[in-house]
Amino acid sequence: MTLHATTLACERNGRIVFSNLSFTIAPGQCAELRGANGAGKSSLLRLIAGLIPAAAGALTFQNHPDIAQHTHFIAHQDAMKASLTVEENLHFWCAVLGCRDITTALKAFNLETLKADPVQLLSAGQRRRLTLSRLFLSTRPLWLLDEPMTALDVVTQEILRTHIRTHLKDGGMVLAATHGDLGVIPDQTIMLGAA
Amino acid sequence: MIAFLAILKRDLTLGLRQGGGAGAALAFMLSVLVLVPLALGPDQNLLRRLAPGIMWLSLLLAVLLTAERIFQQDYEDGTLDALVGIALPLELITLAKALAHWLSVGLPLAIIAPLLGILINIETASIPILMLAMILGSLSLSLLAAIGGAITAGLRRGGLLVALLILPLYVPVLVFGVSATLAETGPEGSFNSLLVQLAITMVSLVIQPWASAAALRAYFR
Repeated sequence: MTLHATTLACERNGRIVFSNLSFTIAPGQCAELRGANGAGKSSLLRLIAGLIPAAAGALTFQNHPDIAQHTHFIAHQDAMKASLTVEENLHFWCAVLGCRDITTALKAFNLETLKADPVQLLSAGQRRRLTLSRLFLSTRPLWLLDEPMTALDVVTQEILRTHIRTHLKDGGMVLAATHGDLGVIPDQTIMLGAA
Repeated sequence: MIAFLAILKRDLTLGLRQGGGAGAALAFMLSVLVLVPLALGPDQNLLRRLAPGIMWLSLLLAVLLTAERIFQQDYEDGTLDALVGIALPLELITLAKALAHWLSVGLPLAIIAPLLGILINIETASIPILMLAMILGSLSLSLLAAIGGAITAGLRRGGLLVALLILPLYVPVLVFGVSATLAETGPEGSFNSLLVQLAITMVSLVIQPWASAAALRAYFR
């Protein structure tokens, strides 16, 4: 279960965002993704998540042709419906991801007390917690996190760090795009130059 | 299969709760049917002759009205991005959403519309055949709407574009839908028109998942 990227290039809208990018993330490793605005951090995450085809190079994940199905991609948008409750949203993602129940996900970021509230009533931080709890609906080895700490309070940031460490200890992989301090010492830093 | 049903169920819940789906379409159709007699005058025979055509037009426009909502929200809030990572192919995801649109907009309208037709003096004998034609026709309308909706998913105010894109595709549905309910053609003519409608629905069913998925993939880039 190792993620290999070899001379990867990404093109969006006819513009080369980055090219000749190679890296390897082994089980239990955390990689930090850094770069200026527009350097292609989100594009790289979207590429690994199967949303953009690679313009050049190759991305391999052991013998799995479909990397997206072994990946949790937490982007900026929350992918939750405002008029459904926390519980209903999680039940939906639980069903499409093929998981059994949502109790672990609810517990992961202390959402039990909010479970009957419609998402439109949640604060930005609470919405973020809900989005992040998708990580615990099904066990997938690779976590792609785009600015995971955004809008989280200090306590929740620490909870997320603990979850990341546990995930790494269990042989998972984390690739996190961040500007600030992730709080987890990364095994490597992938730098993307501004295009 | 569980994922397919979950998407279907969620979209139906959203359609009911947000009120923009079935409610808006039904209100639109009702207002057309209330206004038509006022606009055309109280000539009972004229209304009776025009009734099936007016019913079909209002069904078609009501479906069109809700077409741009099919994928737009899911595109904007990142749901589609996250759905790409599930085991269900994107083609089937779009099919589930198209069917949800039919169940929440097309089907209720097709069932209620012929009854509302009494407002414009529709021939009561033609109600069952009109209902049958509309149930079949609205399925192809929803499927085609899902193609237009996917093409305009990332555009704000894509409503006009959806109309321009899929109205030409609606023409056959309209023509054979109306001809199924015309009294002049007789029962045999109605049956043939229904068969053509069935064919249109089948073709839409085959094309829609691929067309919608291809359009959405172009947006992901």
